Amino acid sequence: MKQLKFVIADPAGLHARPASVLAKEAGRFQSDIKVNANGRIGNLKSVLGIMSLGIQNGQTVEISVEGADEGDAIAAIESLLASEGLA
Amino acid sequence: MKLSGIAASQGIVIGKAYRYENKPLSFEMHHNGDSAGEIERLDRAFSAVSKDIQALSEKTRLKLGADHAAIFEAHLEILKDPSLRWETLQRINDEKESAANAFSKVSQFFIDMFENMEDAYMRERAADIRDISAQVVNAICGVNLKSIESIDEEVILIAEDLTPSDTAKLDKNFVKGFATNIGGRTSHSAIMARTLEIPAIVGTNTVLQDTSDGDIIILDAVKGELFINPSPEVKAEYIKAIHEFEVQKKRRQLFAGLETLSLDGVHVELAANIGAPKDLDKVLANGAEGIGLYRTEFLYMDQLEVPSEEIQYEAYKKVLEGMGPKPVVIRTLDIGGDKKLPYLPLPDELNPFLGHRAIRLCLDRLDLFETQIRALLRASVHGNLKIMFPMIATIEEFNRAKAFVLKIKDKLKAEGIAVSENIEIGIMVEIPSTAVMAKQFAKVVDFFSIGTNDLIQYTFAADRMNEQVAYLYQPYHPALLSLIQNVIQASHEAGKWTGMCGEMAGDLIAIPLLLGLGLDEFSMSASSILQARELISGLKQSEVKALVQKALELDSNEAVKQLVEAFLENQK
Repeated sequence: MKQLKFVIADPAGLHARPASVLAKEAGRFQSDIKVNANGRIGNLKSVLGIMSLGIQNGQTVEISVEGADEGDAIAAIESLLASEGLA
Repeated sequence: MKLSGIAASQGIVIGKAYRYENKPLSFEMHHNGDSAGEIERLDRAFSAVSKDIQALSEKTRLKLGADHAAIFEAHLEILKDPSLRWETLQRINDEKESAANAFSKVSQFFIDMFENMEDAYMRERAADIRDISAQVVNAICGVNLKSIESIDEEVILIAEDLTPSDTAKLDKNFVKGFATNIGGRTSHSAIMARTLEIPAIVGTNTVLQDTSDGDIIILDAVKGELFINPSPEVKAEYIKAIHEFEVQKKRRQLFAGLETLSLDGVHVELAANIGAPKDLDKVLANGAEGIGLYRTEFLYMDQLEVPSEEIQYEAYKKVLEGMGPKPVVIRTLDIGGDKKLPYLPLPDELNPFLGHRAIRLCLDRLDLFETQIRALLRASVHGNLKIMFPMIATIEEFNRAKAFVLKIKDKLKAEGIAVSENIEIGIMVEIPSTAVMAKQFAKVVDFFSIGTNDLIQYTFAADRMNEQVAYLYQPYHPALLSLIQNVIQASHEAGKWTGMCGEMAGDLIAIPLLLGLGLDEFSMSASSILQARELISGLKQSEVKALVQKALELDSNEAVKQLVEAFLENQK
């Protein structure tokens, strides 16, 4: 299992557009990808799952990936977070 | 029958009602064991709706730009969401629920969840899911919705609410206005009405229940009033008002290309207030001599997140280039009070108008402020930019804000980015302390612009959102005139200028008084400019100077109003 921990650095928090970009990217991989924030866990492949966590600016978010392509998946998510200016 | 609501997009129209209502569909709750068949129906509906949304997204992108199409890209992601499909499949398989029933229940679960969230932005997303859900259920049942696209005569659209996909289908050749039961100034339908420039009233509560198809509707989206099957008198009054408006408009058009000169040859500047670059067409058509107030908060309000430096730069550049050498006063972010941003939660305050707003907020949130200042300074090379800070109460606040601008300017120059060297930096005068201290302020600022809506509410200690104290909105009161006089005199003694960008600058009773006080620039809605120019061209400054001296000796708003009315009557 691979894990990634970061603090949201978007003044708007994790809203519809970034959530849908993340879900789209996560959907490309076989691995199970979970997002953990506010003491709740959601599926990163689900835009509704991400948005339902109500993640706001400055909150710590943990993403965990488990499966055959976990290495590629975590790298892709990490670079997406950087390019979208989310972390 | 008369209803009132929130005027979301200004204008007055008379037309026939077209009720847009989609009743809940009836469908079988359970299937007879053919789960595979139900799943096939579900997936067929998904792909049909997905195609529709893609087409709508493309159409919107071409018509209104990528910003407005983004919402449909998010809709597509929601539609593709694995948890929506997976949970629906489970219900079809395990509970023998029909596809329509199962999908309605699953989407209702998400709608409820979003509606119960604390964040206002997230609550509004429930509408997105409801929008998609209705489309999918209809597609499963093979039903065509009563469609906005099929409207082919001039109507006023009446609805509970309009979803993003509804508003994207509006054709302004046929839909002359709309009214809804729910919504506020920043709801999606209101924002779209302003973008499309269709008069609209939202938040009427009952318009859909009170209207039948074909009813005659007067939509007065200036006052926020709506008449259903009005009496002949009311209808005649409005037809006359709309007609007079057209006649006057033609006569006043003659003043569009002229300078603003009083009868005795004094030149003043008539400028326009705008909220977005797209307002420029109207500004130029009405012959404005500049922009006296660009309210940048609309750039922030019509977005789902904080607008980037690039988005802001493009908007400011467009306005500056559009105005050529004419002055453009851009006001920095004025948020708080009655203006909230969905993505920037601010704590509720007991007295928001006396609270953490405008420049006070920006000086605390230098990250937000820096993005805007960088965008402004970068755009400055494209025209005649003047920067204005709102809600300045003390000289220290102005000094801090100005020092910050100069710091960012140095930073940009160090990055090799060109910045104009001729940017005037001024302030809004809307707090009595600032009006009283105008002499000291005049030493440090480049100009003043008087914001009368706030200056009146702070001078008379009367909340302008509270109907009960609305009588204290007294724009002609000698107390206010005396504050204005103090500001104008102080600026002239220091060789600076004073403008006014509140409602009062375009008020036909106030204009003679302001001309008499020596106001240099009058900034108003573009549509008021020509009538103001017509009025000023018939006045002598020497005469209105004497008039205002008399007004300052009077003891009430009403007395001043009568004095000016009598004066104008004599002019005819």
